[in-house]
Amino acid sequence: MTDATADRTPAEARAETLAIPANPPQRALALHRALDRVWRNDRGWWGQVTAVNHTTLGLRFMGTALVFFAIGGVLAMLVRTQLATPGGAFLDTELYNQIFTMHGSIMMFLFAIPMLEGLGIYLLPKMLGTRDLAFPRLTALGYWCYLFGGLILLAALLFGVAPRDGWFMYTPLSGATHSPGINADVWLLGITFVEISALCAAVEITVTILRQRAPGMRLTEMPLFAWYMLGTSAMMLVGFPPLILASVLLEIERAFDWPFFEVARGGDPLLWQHLFWLFGHPEVYIIFLPAAGALSTIIPVMCRTEILGYGAIVAAILALVFLSFGLWVHHMFTVGIPHMALAFFSAASLLVAVPTAVQVFAWIGTMWKGRPELHLPMYHILGFFLTFVMGGLTGVMLAVVPFNWQAHDTAFVTAHLHYVLIGGFVFPMMAAAAWWMPLVSGRARIRSLGEAAFWLILVGFHGTFFLMHLTGLLGMPRRIDVYPDNPEWIWLNLTSSVFGFVMTIGFALFALDLVLQAVMGQRSRRDPWRAPTLDWSLALPTPSYTFASIPGPRQLDRPAGAVALPLARGEGLLPGAPRPRRELLVTTVGDARPDHVALLPGNSALPLAVAAAIGSFVLLMLAGFYALTPLSLVLVAVLVWCWGRGLVRQGDAAPVEVAPGLSLPVQTARRRTLGWSGNLCLLLANGTFFASLIFGVGFLSLVAPGWPAPPARAADAGAAGWVVVALLALLVAAICARLADARQRNGHVSGRPALAGVAGNAVALVAIAALALLHMDDPTQHARDALRGVLAGYAALHALTAGGLAAFAWQQLRRGEIATRHGGALPTWRLWQDFAAATALIGAALVIGQEALG
Amino acid sequence: MAREIAWLWWAMLGGATALTALVLVLLAMAFGPPRAVRPRRWTHGLGLWLSMAVLGTTLAGGLWVGERILPRDDGAIEVRAHARQWHWEFTHPGPEGPVTIRDELTIPAGMPVDILITAEDVIHSFWVPQLGGKTDAIPGRTNRLRLTADAPGRLRGICAEFCGLGHAGMRFDVRVVPAADWPAALIAEEASE
Repeated sequence: MTDATADRTPAEARAETLAIPANPPQRALALHRALDRVWRNDRGWWGQVTAVNHTTLGLRFMGTALVFFAIGGVLAMLVRTQLATPGGAFLDTELYNQIFTMHGSIMMFLFAIPMLEGLGIYLLPKMLGTRDLAFPRLTALGYWCYLFGGLILLAALLFGVAPRDGWFMYTPLSGATHSPGINADVWLLGITFVEISALCAAVEITVTILRQRAPGMRLTEMPLFAWYMLGTSAMMLVGFPPLILASVLLEIERAFDWPFFEVARGGDPLLWQHLFWLFGHPEVYIIFLPAAGALSTIIPVMCRTEILGYGAIVAAILALVFLSFGLWVHHMFTVGIPHMALAFFSAASLLVAVPTAVQVFAWIGTMWKGRPELHLPMYHILGFFLTFVMGGLTGVMLAVVPFNWQAHDTAFVTAHLHYVLIGGFVFPMMAAAAWWMPLVSGRARIRSLGEAAFWLILVGFHGTFFLMHLTGLLGMPRRIDVYPDNPEWIWLNLTSSVFGFVMTIGFALFALDLVLQAVMGQRSRRDPWRAPTLDWSLALPTPSYTFASIPGPRQLDRPAGAVALPLARGEGLLPGAPRPRRELLVTTVGDARPDHVALLPGNSALPLAVAAAIGSFVLLMLAGFYALTPLSLVLVAVLVWCWGRGLVRQGDAAPVEVAPGLSLPVQTARRRTLGWSGNLCLLLANGTFFASLIFGVGFLSLVAPGWPAPPARAADAGAAGWVVVALLALLVAAICARLADARQRNGHVSGRPALAGVAGNAVALVAIAALALLHMDDPTQHARDALRGVLAGYAALHALTAGGLAAFAWQQLRRGEIATRHGGALPTWRLWQDFAAATALIGAALVIGQEALG
Repeated sequence: MAREIAWLWWAMLGGATALTALVLVLLAMAFGPPRAVRPRRWTHGLGLWLSMAVLGTTLAGGLWVGERILPRDDGAIEVRAHARQWHWEFTHPGPEGPVTIRDELTIPAGMPVDILITAEDVIHSFWVPQLGGKTDAIPGRTNRLRLTADAPGRLRGICAEFCGLGHAGMRFDVRVVPAADWPAALIAEEASE
């Protein structure tokens, strides 16, 4: 993702970064005032609307996630109340089904994921030594999408039309026939809306970690938390698209009757399960990794030593990222897959326990190496060990196929997953809260309240869920509301319910502790834990601009406490804000050499507007006003255009002196900008989405019961003609993009190739429309035709996107905003145009292959 | 079959208890003055090799049991179980043609029986906890499950996959009759329906 510098050895690169001269010390207060003027949020409530700062938004993500955790917890208590007695008349079945569905969905999508995003958003710039995330407006867009999607789900719950088909939404139960009404649509559209925020966060976390580390902070030496978040964000980029695709397909099936999951017309309910668990299992590790990152950060400092086995832990993270995509089938052991195939997935599911074991033993070894101190974070860490080890071991049991056949879909699995998620996520997050609260609030905590909360939660948790293993082994299935014929389950359920309330009281006390600390705790001293990471070198609470000067190699080898003053006095790089704009340093991926200075956009209400436009699409779909939805999409496109225009800067593009004698160009003079890296990440996610679609075509063609399909009309010569026209037009546009890009670099700036690119995409669009209207079979007839419709829609959407980028570049060229040393939107257009042409080609080849073989 | 799974369960429970105890003892021993540690002993010795050994043994045990309880092509009696919202229809091979009974499965004791599981509308799951594992009933597919009941008696079966409003009540009875009485019991059952 950076200009190649392979000819430099690591030692030379290090010497070069170390040779950066220091800036002279200045008055810290003057620097603070100048920086704060540039970086702070606008005043008043409007300032909250336009805020794009990572500290504000990270905290807002985490705060909102805590509110959803409380709501999800109340729902869990309603479930436990219903199950406390065998004939519970507390809730009727319809409401009970809505409540357990919402409990799972809220905890997964509206608590765990946004919580870990918030933690990464809040901490990463502070730990890596930069001022903000790569795409501040994207952070804000992600937050608004999360909030609006969450509110839609909550509103549905209040009006009694919440999803009720389980958080896994298995078809055909969630299909239009068996789930009439908007309940299932609320889930599909609302959760997909929320997932936009996951993708936004994943893109910017990846780019920030790879390209914004303080100069000299090599990839192989960065704090482990950043490695964990890098693994998480990579998994999010690859893990979420299959679920988004599944949701889109099911929503199309429900709204327009295109069959994808319906057996009678060539669909297959197992396609949903494959796509769902392709996301669903990595999801578990997406949740676990950031929590493990917090543990790897906190444990060594709590033991006054350094982490044991840094390299082994990094290897374990990478192994988890890869392995977690190979074991989704263990959620499907009972669907009738041949035993030998199950054996493969069983082995993969067991193997994934190895990297987890490596980390657990590295942490215990670290504790042996040092002298553990029993502060509050350590309580939660011990709670983590006890709970998570047991949950991991029941996970190993469930990976064994014959045992899984017995325990699948019983309370045993409920117990297992709560041991893993509360043990592996909630306990570490509580440790992290106790650890980072001084940074957040600037205040020290109140004595003993946190310890009391810990004991209540620990006892309540194990009291609730330990016995649930036995309940499951005694045959109690999940998701039942009454059990009048099974007196042997009564005392077990009653005990679980009673302890469930103990746990709830514990969580309430935990929340109270946080509030009291924020409101009335004593002022904390700087760096209360004497930690090594840069986050603790900041003033408490942290300033809007994060670092007054960017830490350089000189500051990286010293503990946080020792570099606080030099950084505040501007002795690092790029000190203060001599130019009234938000600046930060972009470095190279591997050895973090300074590359250029990025200028970030300021506060903006645009993210809110874009999220609201997407929200209007979701609401129109829910209301069934399908004909009006294109208006929303046009609105989104217009706003995205404005978003892009906001990046075009007319201002000073002169090189910036970041240290005496070291001047760096600003981003407009670079090809490999943060935006370019971000587009690569987005295309990785997009490519996974497309690959999942190809998987769907292959799976249904080969495995679904209702095939072969009736003969297709698409095989005639006219259809082939339009396909060729569309492909050629996209190819021409791709050549135009290359031409425009090459010309600009050679100094021949001209608008003609861009205009030809617009025309090429327009021709492709017309050809695809003609193909769809004149030659393709009715997509409601069979899954084959429905999938072809989706492929055509995907190609059209990408021709539209690439055409839009070409038009954007053309306008920049006309206005003279693209110069010899400034490519504007050209590199981005070229990326997307190549992607559009390649995916259209693959899609066409697939359909031709289907016709030839069928 | 249920016996084999039970055996596997007790072995795994023993192993899991021992491992949990190991981790807790190591944690307790960590509290004290710093010690010289060899990093590879932790990350490779315990993390990699110990866990690989444990998991390898577990996998071997699981595969062995799994292979033993698989249905084989040996002419076992076949009963069809058809699930729909929210009841079961069991079609037994009677002496005078198929016998279909709602919510009651009748099988002979001591003989292997293959259940052919199908679904009408949404996904359900066939489960008799005391006889062994569960298998999903999926529209468009037929799944096969082998069961062997040891002794005559009455057992309970349930739907284990969430299938909508009637899920909790989607139960059935399993009547295990002496092998000698089997076809006759079916006829009597059909007459009483």
